[in-house]
Amino acid sequence: MESGSLSADLLRPPSPRRRRTDKAMRALMWTATGIALVPLVLVLYYTLQKGIGALDAEFFTTDPTGNFLGAQGGVKSAILGTIEIVGFAAVVAVPLGIGVALYLTEYGGKGRLAQAVRFFVDVMTGVPSIVFGLFIYLVLVLAGTGGSTFAGWKGSAALALLMLPIVTRSSEVALQLVPNSLREAALALGAPRWKVVVRVVLPSAASGIVTGALLAVARAAGETAPLLFTATIVKATTFNLNQPMNSLPAQIFQDLKQPNDELVERAWGAAITLIAMILLLTLIAKVIQRRSRAKGAT
Amino acid sequence: MEAATQPMSTGGRPQLGRSPASRLPDQILRLGLTAIAVAVLALLAYFFVKLAIESRLVFEEEGILGFVFANNWNVAASIYGALPLVVGTLITSALALLFGVPVAVAVAVFLTELCPKRVRGSLTIVVDLLAAVPSVVYGLWAFYFLIPKLKPVEQWFADTFHFLPFVAIDSVPGPNYFIAGLVLAIMLLPIVCAISREVLATVPADLKEASLGLGLTRWEMIRTSMLPYARRGIVGASMLGLGRAIGETIAVTIVIGDSPILGHSIFGQGYTLAAVIANEFNEAAANPLHKSALIAAGLVLFVLTLLVNSIARLAVMRSERQSGRPISAGGGV
Repeated sequence: MESGSLSADLLRPPSPRRRRTDKAMRALMWTATGIALVPLVLVLYYTLQKGIGALDAEFFTTDPTGNFLGAQGGVKSAILGTIEIVGFAAVVAVPLGIGVALYLTEYGGKGRLAQAVRFFVDVMTGVPSIVFGLFIYLVLVLAGTGGSTFAGWKGSAALALLMLPIVTRSSEVALQLVPNSLREAALALGAPRWKVVVRVVLPSAASGIVTGALLAVARAAGETAPLLFTATIVKATTFNLNQPMNSLPAQIFQDLKQPNDELVERAWGAAITLIAMILLLTLIAKVIQRRSRAKGAT
Repeated sequence: MEAATQPMSTGGRPQLGRSPASRLPDQILRLGLTAIAVAVLALLAYFFVKLAIESRLVFEEEGILGFVFANNWNVAASIYGALPLVVGTLITSALALLFGVPVAVAVAVFLTELCPKRVRGSLTIVVDLLAAVPSVVYGLWAFYFLIPKLKPVEQWFADTFHFLPFVAIDSVPGPNYFIAGLVLAIMLLPIVCAISREVLATVPADLKEASLGLGLTRWEMIRTSMLPYARRGIVGASMLGLGRAIGETIAVTIVIGDSPILGHSIFGQGYTLAAVIANEFNEAAANPLHKSALIAAGLVLFVLTLLVNSIARLAVMRSERQSGRPISAGGGV
């Protein structure tokens, strides 16, 4: 600073008014963060409080009875149904999503096809899940594809449509983070392109891809709307994906607002189960992400 | 790589070439991946065309504008004017933005700028966990906890501020636009927060240091250099949240009140496009016009989210270009 008066002006400590505003705004942001956490705490606390009573051995080992009076049964069919539907959806969507991402990063580059695919994958991300459900209902359920109307695998198809763009986007990001020097080094050593992709690029991006896939699975596991008119809500446990299949979100939706305390309690119990499953997946994903970031691999 | 020795050992061929047979897997992979990418495009095209074809019946009956802007959804009389649903969707989403975005941005600023380093990581995960609670559980919670707890507050607000537009209502019903907006706000908070955080993290350190060096307080630095720099990205994040809010179905279905009549107050019962599809689909299966009306509702929903998301992506992309850093949405958006 050459001008003495200017520097004196600049170095003057903030006026009390400015300091007060600063303090007030900081306090406001602390408060906002607190407010943001309130719903999470309330949801978890209230769900636990209401539903913990429903969790006994019977809850996990019996199917809903559907009786008007008397014992209502547990949610075995819903838990197994969710695992089956979401599992099958993941089996379809994850490899496809990784495939599209590989095309985009390894082959498509900035070409016109790649740009179009990128744009439409983004479009897909925004499509409401219920619209995917409608689409599957029109294309697979009404047409009776596979000799069934409502079926577990059709629910999987709707969820797979939902997961596909999420897996693609997250895999693409992970693949882009693989340094080009790695690819070039492998190619310069004479490795064919496919080997570079399979043995060098994919393993380097693995943790990012797994994280994205787990988050997509977690997201799909909590979806209700697309399942309502694809897999529907049934009582019995089934391992046949070509039959209507129960799921936890659908069961919660069914039991809620029922004028039967036992059913409502079962809904809360099912909510605990579902949250636990999804939180577990999310936490595993975050831990993998964190670990690989700490390592500096992705 | 063992492959490196292969070309050398093939004798007669040029040293750096590869035999056609060993090139085959390469071509298979390239073609296979391209086919998958094209298949995704074809699927999406089919998706759009199918929805358009199946909803034609109601558009022929009511006209496209008639369907979207007529204020009469009467299944019994076979009249399908979706205005109450469209407006319901817009009101609940707008409320969600109003409540959710300021908090989300404040949290994002807090996490990037003010939060002690020690708790930053865990706090970030906790905020992200908000996205892990399934929609149906938010609905369940809102129905049994939020509605009864907030009803007296809403009634008091409606009575005290009855002179404001869209507030007055004689008796506040349990499920209403406001509750739905509030639940949506909670649900879009983690999304908006995650992207805003990424955008705020791209603000160059020299910019922040220069502001502080000039003697600005922390808040003044945030207001004059961070927020303006990240503005576009934050707008994009909000729009992505808006897209999510517009399409959200189950939580809203549970707390909206299922009334296909335009409410006169934000505390009135209403309906949204997504909720009407979820609720009426079973009964509509046997009625072609009703079914087609619901599919048309889905199509309108799709177009709405498409518009909002396109604007959002554009905004985020511009802010990406400005900072030269890719912005990925943390929560799998």
